[in-house]
Amino acid sequence: MFNGTMEEVNQALFESANEAVTITIGLVSMLIFWLGFMKIAVEAGILRIFSKLFEPIIIKLFPEIPKGHLAIQYILSNITANIFGLGNAATPMGIKAMEEMKQLSGSTTASRSMITFLALNTSGLTIVPTTVIAIRIQYNAVSPTEIVGTTIIATCISTLAAILLDRIFYMRSKM
Amino acid sequence: MYYYITLISTWMIPMFILVTLLLASWRKVPTYELFVEGGKEGINIALSLLPFLLGMIVSIAILRSSGAIDAFVSLLNPILVKIGVPSEIIPLAIIRPISGTAALAMTAELTQTFGADSYIGRLAATMQGSTDTTLYILTVYFGAVGIKNMRYALKVGLLADLVSIISALLIVYIVFG
Repeated sequence: MFNGTMEEVNQALFESANEAVTITIGLVSMLIFWLGFMKIAVEAGILRIFSKLFEPIIIKLFPEIPKGHLAIQYILSNITANIFGLGNAATPMGIKAMEEMKQLSGSTTASRSMITFLALNTSGLTIVPTTVIAIRIQYNAVSPTEIVGTTIIATCISTLAAILLDRIFYMRSKM
Repeated sequence: MYYYITLISTWMIPMFILVTLLLASWRKVPTYELFVEGGKEGINIALSLLPFLLGMIVSIAILRSSGAIDAFVSLLNPILVKIGVPSEIIPLAIIRPISGTAALAMTAELTQTFGADSYIGRLAATMQGSTDTTLYILTVYFGAVGIKNMRYALKVGLLADLVSIISALLIVYIVFG
């Protein structure tokens, strides 16, 4: 408006609408594959073994979720996929976790567990920053993986901060 | 150490699929029927997600192309430079929580102009890798299950991003500075 960039705004409007459709199509394939496959995984009980192991930690983070609930299995799968840099698999599992948490709360207002879950996801906990390494390889870095250490430290700090902030805001919302 | 971590993450999905299918056939679970049934849910979720995602992405594109974000950056620039933040990195720090594609493009650009082994290149990589796009995550997850009131989720996400950017600045300074 002030910069005389109205032309660009028009162009950006249509280009970004296209981009949104492209992103969604990219998600469709992953959602179909992973939601289909996770149905098998849940039925086969493979996640139950895994979630028994980590359930105590998850319950600590998500006190609203009852023990043995399906949401725990999906939350764990999402976190594991994120940590190993498998973003494509993480999103469908995260959406399933959200569905389970919505069934628990039964309302269109975000529940405490949902916000904790999203706080974990937005802080991007990972030990393999795959896309960044790809960029560094592309631009001939001497050691493409040398930033892994700094990234892990930064992501751990931001994840801790996210958990703390989530607690603080939850306490404040209850007052 | 890093070699083993990447090894695990490339092997993880194929192994997970193999073990799941073995266990499923041993327990006589109707795999194909379940897969198709779950896959159908995926289509519905993706379609119902599209309006949320499109609205968010278009509004960010308008903010970017109209110069509103640039104006915001140049407003903060003098203050941040005074504290010692390299001015080349400021646009990336601000765009990182807002738009994943834009941030990725900026990281690539910074890596290209300054070199992957430069201070700015390493800083951009750490910043890009250590956090995720808060707005995208909130839109996708809340949109997929139809949450209308997200309460304090945005505040928590953005404040955590702030912490992540500050810690990236500090750690890269300590390690590579």
